[in-house]
Amino acid sequence: MKIISAVAASVLTFFFWMAVADAETIKVGVVLPYSGPNADLGNQIDKAFDLYIKLHAKDLGDNKIELVKRDEGPASGANARTVVTELITNDKVKLLAGFVFSPGAIAAAPLATQAKIPMLIANAGTAWITTLSPFIVRFSFSMWDPAYPMGTYAATKLGCKTAAAGFTDFPPGQDSALAFKTAFEKAGGKVIDEVRMGSPGPVPDFTPFFQRVKDEHPDCFYVFVPSGSHAGGVMKTYGDIGMRQAGIRLIGPMDLIPDYQLAQMSDAAIGLVVVSSYADDYDTPINKDFVKEWHAAYGPNSYPDFESAAGMDTMAGIFYVINKLQSNLDDGAKVVDALKGWKHDGPRGLIEIDPQTRDVIQDERAEEVIKKPDGKLGVKVLETFPQVKDECKVLKIGRCGS
Amino acid sequence: MDANKSSSISSTNAVARARAADLLARRDRYRIVEALPWIAAIAAYFAFPNQMVLGSQTLILILFALSLDLILGYAGIVTLGHAAYFGVGAYAAALLITDVGWSEPISGLVCAAVVSAIAGFLSGLILLRYRGLTLLVLTLSTTIMLQQLGNLFRDFTGGYDGIPNLNIAPLFGYFDYDLYGHTYYLYCLAVLLVSFCVMRRIVYSPFGQALVGIRENVARMHAIGSPVHWRLVVAYAISAGLAGIAGALFAQTNTLVTLGVFDFDQSAAVLMMLILGGAGWLYGAFVGAALYMVLQNELAKISPPFWQFGIGLLLVAVVLLTRRGAFARLAKIDQHLPWKQRR
Amino acid sequence: MPPVVNTIISILFDGLAWAMFLFIISVGLSITMGLMGVVNLAHGAFAMAGGYLVVTATASWGVPFLASLIIALIVVGIVSVLFERTLYRQLYDASELHQVLLTIGLAFMAIATYTYFYGPLPQAIRVPYYLSGELHLGARSFPTYRVFLIGVGAALIAALWYGFERTNIGARIRAAVDNRRMAQSVGIDVDRLFTITFAVGSGLAGLSGGLAIQLLGLTPSFAIIYLVFFLLVVAVGGSGSIWGTLAGALVLGVSDTAGKYLFADAGSFFIYAVAVLILLIRPAGLYGRE
Repeated sequence: MKIISAVAASVLTFFFWMAVADAETIKVGVVLPYSGPNADLGNQIDKAFDLYIKLHAKDLGDNKIELVKRDEGPASGANARTVVTELITNDKVKLLAGFVFSPGAIAAAPLATQAKIPMLIANAGTAWITTLSPFIVRFSFSMWDPAYPMGTYAATKLGCKTAAAGFTDFPPGQDSALAFKTAFEKAGGKVIDEVRMGSPGPVPDFTPFFQRVKDEHPDCFYVFVPSGSHAGGVMKTYGDIGMRQAGIRLIGPMDLIPDYQLAQMSDAAIGLVVVSSYADDYDTPINKDFVKEWHAAYGPNSYPDFESAAGMDTMAGIFYVINKLQSNLDDGAKVVDALKGWKHDGPRGLIEIDPQTRDVIQDERAEEVIKKPDGKLGVKVLETFPQVKDECKVLKIGRCGS
Repeated sequence: MDANKSSSISSTNAVARARAADLLARRDRYRIVEALPWIAAIAAYFAFPNQMVLGSQTLILILFALSLDLILGYAGIVTLGHAAYFGVGAYAAALLITDVGWSEPISGLVCAAVVSAIAGFLSGLILLRYRGLTLLVLTLSTTIMLQQLGNLFRDFTGGYDGIPNLNIAPLFGYFDYDLYGHTYYLYCLAVLLVSFCVMRRIVYSPFGQALVGIRENVARMHAIGSPVHWRLVVAYAISAGLAGIAGALFAQTNTLVTLGVFDFDQSAAVLMMLILGGAGWLYGAFVGAALYMVLQNELAKISPPFWQFGIGLLLVAVVLLTRRGAFARLAKIDQHLPWKQRR
Repeated sequence: MPPVVNTIISILFDGLAWAMFLFIISVGLSITMGLMGVVNLAHGAFAMAGGYLVVTATASWGVPFLASLIIALIVVGIVSVLFERTLYRQLYDASELHQVLLTIGLAFMAIATYTYFYGPLPQAIRVPYYLSGELHLGARSFPTYRVFLIGVGAALIAALWYGFERTNIGARIRAAVDNRRMAQSVGIDVDRLFTITFAVGSGLAGLSGGLAIQLLGLTPSFAIIYLVFFLLVVAVGGSGSIWGTLAGALVLGVSDTAGKYLFADAGSFFIYAVAVLILLIRPAGLYGRE
């Protein structure tokens, strides 16, 4: 009797083990800045990743996902290679996700190619990054995505005949200004001045730059600064030196009004027009749900922004490939192929991964900052530019042409 | 009578000189215990084969800290801008690969060393006339200005996105580089060994002793006719050259150089490493850099604010302890005291 | 008015406002350095503490902005005494390197602590309506907040001048700065002076942190990012001298603004170039003594 029950137990255990063994834990390496002056950018994406997993864990069935989180380090990308190598060789991750800084993505790209591991970019916006490796898929945006439509819209619908462009003096700023200028001048406008507004580190006193533009009287002033403290400084300075009263309209990409800062901005922001792929106020069921879940998880004073939305969509993409390939992610090329042409309805609306460029295609919207009935600041959508592709690659400008 | 006196003086001089030479020679002899760090480094190669990239970066930082030790630990010059020479070396190596098209690694190192040594010499001529807060601010400012100049000439330097694709030719035409970074590690280790031997030779030479003399009592050094300023400038140039080699190694192993090499964080980090390990005894660079990198890697995995808090706390603790000489007594180094307290 | 005049007025006004801010944030460091000879790189952390205190006071406790500034000044000043008694006391005889590293360590600890409690996102405050917008003076208008900054700076200069030149304790401090041993030998309690001076210096840092929120924004990295600027001002002006700090702040503030206005491409370069030039010629600073 004892022998029979022992045998039965072993057989049952064996079958149980066989069943359980098929369920996999997929390791995903998350590379975000968790410390230093730019930790706020990493924070929004990190929260989004965690939230998505919390809400959708059951979508994976028996499989589990494990995030191995590593600090991307400083914006110079000096640590990126070390961190990514360790994730690949030591932690043996199947996917890499995150990458806020372009230098970090640039440094890591050859590693992704060498190890054949997909690199899923949740932020870094330099346009030509996707050309650096066939294993890169970008879910967030290119600097050209909001800037190019802004240029066209400003010239055609906002009545700006002349414009000045101010930007923080580093590649994303240069990219954004170039994109705006290309579109603006194509639509018949003229950019009369390009002002470089300090380095990306400490927030400069914007007053001298803004005063100089105010004295030149353009119709519009296009500004790109890194989202975060710089954006706050820009809005305050715009209000303080009375540019609106002088008839100069402030315009820019979504980085000017990240939602968590919009809540704190003064009324000087009212009337500002930006082109953005995301705002908390979008009135779609998916977004309303998302914002509600965010507040539930992170409190009433925490607001998701365009980075959080990109983070959600990145994780959605990861879940999609896990399910489609039945958790067999060993062949990186197959993963990337599965993502080409992937369509998804997320907080930003409909997004698609361009099969040719592996970059995201998304709706961009011209929005105006308004005061909502409850007294808080919000946005009103003026016009939608559907399914915008990265114009830098379409027009093959500079490094985008390679 | 005079002849006797002068001959006895000269014989006293000769005896003193012989004793000094003997002392220097004795200290210069390699002791068995000095093999320890190198054994540890090679052991790490076998024990942690999956963390060789971290290992290479640590070795590079050790070299960087070593270069700073010459000027800080031995000559007593406190600078907040040593990253300038690291950066100059890195860009020299990078531009050699991309603009000149020459990708042999060792000549890249030599080129970087020469360029940064020249930069160190020229800047040292001016900067080393100052001390204290003035020197701190001057070195800090010139490094920042260098970074901003780099941004201005972004066609040349690639700006903050930098110069990518720095692929060096296989070492000696044969050893290629893999994902795990094994070759990189051994390459960095070899360069570190050679540089270390050079440093050690300098430090135990009369030149090195003169530097210590300058640190301890500069007035007396002037009084005995020692060319203080020139000694310091030469030491600074050598230090810059070594920092340049570290920078070049960084460029070659990271395959990307950005303006971030000039960040204040770099200068501050290497300063911290040196004090953690102890300045003025060469091995402090090893201990400090390894400790810093390991802590950063491990503590950051728990939570990045922990890492920052931890390193801050460690710094405060070390400074408070070193002041009272606890570490010096612990390390039992007789002639190479980490730091003498002075105003 | 003719454009050139307009430009000059813009540069002078904006430069003056920026200079006043630099003065307020640096004067505490200058006094501490001059009197106690301590290179205090944690000065920015005290400023940051003041800033966060103002944020919490205005947002969570409903204290008005101006009152919060005073609270920041007093609280940070008092808390700094704790640090002075325990840690900074050890640094008075220490080498410069030790001072630099211990205070950087403190700054790191502060950054980590504030990141933990407040998170890494930037903080903002609502300034009262009478401090926002613009003031219209004749043909030109000026941002109200910057006029406010200039006012605070001027008031502070007057108060410090009075405190140092006209009071007993000010005289004692000046004596101790000039010649500590001599001051001690005439019976001045230098230790207590150190504590008081440190408290005043750090309190002023706290105040400047509160003022900085509207100007530069506030994140936990504030302590380190802006460190360079006050070191520059103190070195250029000469440590230990209030007038020196003012001179340094004015020179650097106006040249920074002028550089950004006129040559935006290389704008940030100017403040460092000017500082380096001055230091090469006068290493002790404009009002320093060697």
